[in-house]
Amino acid sequence: MAKVKIDPEKCKGCGLCILYCPKGHIKQSKALNKKGAYPVGMTEKYDCSGCSFCAIICPDLCITIDK
Amino acid sequence: MDKIFEKPESIREKETHYCPGCGHGIVHRVICEVVDDLGIREKLIGIAPVGCAVIAYDYWNFDVTEAAHGRVPAVATGIKRSLPDRIVFGYQGDGDLGAIGTAEIIHAANRGENITIIFVNNTVYGMTGGQMAPTTLLKQKTATTPAGREQKMHGFPLKVCELLSVLPGVVYAERVTAHSPQNILKAKKAIKKAFENQIKGLGFSIVEVLSPCPTYLGLSPQDAVKWVGEELTKEYPLKIFKDIT
Ligand SMILES: Cc1ncc(C[n+]2csc(CCOP(=O)(O)OP(=O)(O)O)c2C)c(N)n1
Ligand code: SF4
Ligand code: SF4
Ligand code: SF4
Ligand SMILES: [Mg+2]
Repeated sequence: MAKVKIDPEKCKGCGLCILYCPKGHIKQSKALNKKGAYPVGMTEKYDCSGCSFCAIICPDLCITIDK
Repeated sequence: MDKIFEKPESIREKETHYCPGCGHGIVHRVICEVVDDLGIREKLIGIAPVGCAVIAYDYWNFDVTEAAHGRVPAVATGIKRSLPDRIVFGYQGDGDLGAIGTAEIIHAANRGENITIIFVNNTVYGMTGGQMAPTTLLKQKTATTPAGREQKMHGFPLKVCELLSVLPGVVYAERVTAHSPQNILKAKKAIKKAFENQIKGLGFSIVEVLSPCPTYLGLSPQDAVKWVGEELTKEYPLKIFKDIT
């Protein structure tokens, strides 16, 4: 299983990664970050395929993926 | 642990000033991935436009200079001719390339300058507040077309790749889009080819990237990428318009 790291301070909360994660593993938080955006994070349990769609669409390089 | 996805070396850590969901960030990164793959960072000179990407030099980790509005192809011509061993690329928006800089792009292309142009078409003047651009769709509402673009008053959307592809100096013209992961991977291939053409000394290459500007489309970032995929690609088909490489 791949491990996804999302930087909550860099995230602008655009939600494009949410739109394109084929597994629905990314969700928006209810608390603001220092930028004033609602950052995203991984759902509590996830089984990520490592497809990288989330990282490829992210305009702000918030996401890194390890195997 | 093996890295599956990480930041390319050619992009800096600095956070961008772009709005949430703006396509510029995606296109900046894809260019950097190509630059890393081709190992050309030390030989590269980029030219930033006037437009939202005006401070792209703060984000790219290679040499970048700046051109007056629309004059990227002229500056690229001068740099490439005086330093022919460097890889020179211009980055331009649709206002920059398709309005004020129309003369420069047409003549650089027609001269067959051995340069690479990455053209980010987001259908508006983002930097100045979302005014109509030559690329704005008919009926599209912008700050200067509050009732929608009307052909009789404002003319037709300008098809840059279609126009340039008839010029003999152009070796490669392709339109791609940055609205989905699958399409971003295709865009990367096109951008890579446009740089490889220059490395091989083949001549002028342009890649037009359809790109979301959620702020001035008046859409959420999610709806803006859907609009680019569903509406914008109807007027601007994704296609290789020319490849004589
Ligand atoms: C000579 C000159 N005329 C006008 C302007 C104002 N201006 C700045 S950016 C811009 C349009 C930018 O639009 P585009 O190239 O599409 O870039 P975007 O911001 O959409 O990425 C204009 C008209 C200027 N800076 N210089
Ligand atoms: S790598 Fe693919 S499956 Fe994993 S979180 Fe990202 S988009 Fe979802
Ligand atoms: S795509 Fe990037 S900036 Fe947008 S919500 Fe996801 S992690 Fe945040
Ligand atoms: S105004 Fe449009 S093009 Fe400019 S940064 Fe915002 S979303 Fe991007
Ligand atoms: Mg524009």
